[in-house]
Amino acid sequence: MSTNVDPSTQLDEDTWFVSAEKVYPQSVKGTFRTIKWAILFVTLGIYYFLPFIRWDRGPGAPDQAVLVDFEARRAYFFFIEIWPQEVYYLTGLLVIAAVMLFLMNAVAGRVWCGYLCPQTVWTDLFLKVERFFEGDRRQRINFDKEPWTANKIARKTGKHAVWLLIAWWTGGAWVLYFADAPTLVYELATGQASLVVYAWIGILTFTTYSLAGHMREQVCTYMCPWPRIQAALTDEYALNVTYRADRGEPRGHLKENKKRAAEGLPAGDCIDCHQCVAVCPTGVDIRKGSQLECIQCGLCIDACDNIMTKVGKPTGLIAYDTDINMERREQGLEPVYKFIRPRTVIYAAIIAISAGIMLYTLMNRQMIDLSVVHDRNPLYVVQDKGVIRNGYTMRVLNKMNEAQTFTLAVESDSGEFTAEVIGVESNADGSIAIDMGPDRTRQIRALVFSEPDADLPASSPLDFVLENTDNGEKVVITDFFRAPEQ
Amino acid sequence: MAEHKKEIDKLSGVETTGHEWDGLKELNNPLPKWWLYLFYATIVWSVGYWVLMPSWPLVSDYTSGLLGHSQRANVHREFEAAMSERAETGNQLMEASLEEIRSTPELLEFALASGGAAFADNCAPCHGTGATGFEGYPNLQDDVWIWGGSMDDILQTISYGVRSEHPDTRFGEMLAFGRDEILNDDEISAVANYVAAELAGTEPEDGADLDTGATVYMDNCAACHGDEGLGSKELGAPNLTAPNYLYGNTVEAIEAQVNNPRHGVMPPWIDRLGETTVKSLAVYVHSLGGGQ
Repeated sequence: MSTNVDPSTQLDEDTWFVSAEKVYPQSVKGTFRTIKWAILFVTLGIYYFLPFIRWDRGPGAPDQAVLVDFEARRAYFFFIEIWPQEVYYLTGLLVIAAVMLFLMNAVAGRVWCGYLCPQTVWTDLFLKVERFFEGDRRQRINFDKEPWTANKIARKTGKHAVWLLIAWWTGGAWVLYFADAPTLVYELATGQASLVVYAWIGILTFTTYSLAGHMREQVCTYMCPWPRIQAALTDEYALNVTYRADRGEPRGHLKENKKRAAEGLPAGDCIDCHQCVAVCPTGVDIRKGSQLECIQCGLCIDACDNIMTKVGKPTGLIAYDTDINMERREQGLEPVYKFIRPRTVIYAAIIAISAGIMLYTLMNRQMIDLSVVHDRNPLYVVQDKGVIRNGYTMRVLNKMNEAQTFTLAVESDSGEFTAEVIGVESNADGSIAIDMGPDRTRQIRALVFSEPDADLPASSPLDFVLENTDNGEKVVITDFFRAPEQ
Repeated sequence: MAEHKKEIDKLSGVETTGHEWDGLKELNNPLPKWWLYLFYATIVWSVGYWVLMPSWPLVSDYTSGLLGHSQRANVHREFEAAMSERAETGNQLMEASLEEIRSTPELLEFALASGGAAFADNCAPCHGTGATGFEGYPNLQDDVWIWGGSMDDILQTISYGVRSEHPDTRFGEMLAFGRDEILNDDEISAVANYVAAELAGTEPEDGADLDTGATVYMDNCAACHGDEGLGSKELGAPNLTAPNYLYGNTVEAIEAQVNNPRHGVMPPWIDRLGETTVKSLAVYVHSLGGGQ
């Protein structure tokens, strides 16, 4: 952290401005690399194949497990079906996602950036392709310097072709979430899909190809707001990829440091082999301390551990560690780990509460709903025999996949009222049967009448009770019955 | 200038132009290449656009372009498309009776929507946006109907109008009892007081001769308005016991109407709006709540 470059030391250089240098990350094997491959396979597997999973919802309803159907204004996620007015579930999901990020950050820093972020995952995949065509770090650096030969053109073409193929498939998978996947694949194959579909595939092909292929770490360093935010969310107890300077410094080449140790001079474990820099996908030197560009993917840990094993020193010179332990080590104290802190408890509680509320409301989701809008002009009508009439426009919702008959009635403590729905014969007891199609809404116009010459205040509360007599589901909407000012 | 050697500014790493004023050097920041290429591309594009699309104004015309694009033609096409899309339900509406429209949810929803829109465009100027009318323009919300409040009655009124030039128009005119000297001023005053006091339920003048008024009413008015004042839908004679009088129910207003009656006119709509829309309007007006 104290190694920030002082501009005054560079006065003799031609310029103080340094443009970004191309990063050639070296391949590495190790625990964290294995975890990253596993996550890559799982997340990309979900992304590319989820639309093909079927889920039986009965006749008339789509059988795709995950589907956002804009045309029919429905969203499906396995057993959950969401109507547009329930889009707050999406808000809830986003709240949970945000707080999960905070929690991850409080526990183990930028795990999102290093392991789960699509930018990281696709960049990893694209790097794998690059390595296949152009070799590892050293070979790639030389390869880029070589003149253009048929071999170079062929390899570069192959790389970009595979990149574009992956990018195109990424866009192709995206659109499958918004239509019946097998049908859309058939339409795409036969060129019958709509222009919007091709446009979206084009957009995602472009973004994937340019972001994962060409811009890579620059997206994280210059474009993404998260590195700026996460610095405010971390604290001294958060696990971060850390170079243990107390053990590593003073650094020096293996022989040099052995000699220094033999002379009784201080000698650190870091042999200054630069492997941690070579494997870094963002090209930083972790030994300079935690920095904005570091996405904390842990690949430098793998690289360093491999070297430490080779030279016969204990691993963990670079490891997940906390700021407080760094300080304690310098003071010769035992490290402490504290994952249960007010910060993590509050985040976990917010997640649990939000998820609990959402789960509860989803389990007890009303399959019947009613919205009522009182006529605004006129508010009331006085009829010939002193009967006061109010008009209402209502929308009845049947979220069940079967046709239903709902019963509508009005109730009030302020007096006797009778209701009527345009185009529907009322039952003998004054209630009204509303026939509803499956998974459908229906707009109805209702008229409510007072008793002749009833003595009513200017506004009296009035309950509209809509009930599904088959299963007892019931919704009560309170509106008002307006009468002339007394 | 030609031989000035490349000089890099330390702070920004940008080449200078070699121009210097009081020790300040000008940086050479040309437009980014991608920006320039996009700019050149738009110039090329514009040439193609001139050829293919309507672009240059001429003295009395414009260059119409090879593609024959026309926004006006597009609007017409979209209008035709919308009309043919509606035609299916529209045809069902044409064939269905008013009762069938009312009892079929899909047709009712369509009729209320198109009827509501047509009402706002054509009827609201006189009857008001809430259909509550004004003096001289009937209130369509209440259940008092001069020409009848059943769906068929309403359909006929909208189709052919009232006192319009259409041959099937509804027609009824009240005699000008004062202007044509059928009744004298005293008789008019008496009958107006009688109607106000006994039928409309409003205040008569002090010392009004209600007995004379009753006699005058029975001799002159009851033929159309009925003995009880309930009016006649066939003749378009208003119900005088109903609360809303078209021209007011005070003694002065009634006197004025008996003396020299005003007769409002409603145009026929069938030829202007077509049968489908007029049917939708009838269902809509009936559904406002006062329909019978």
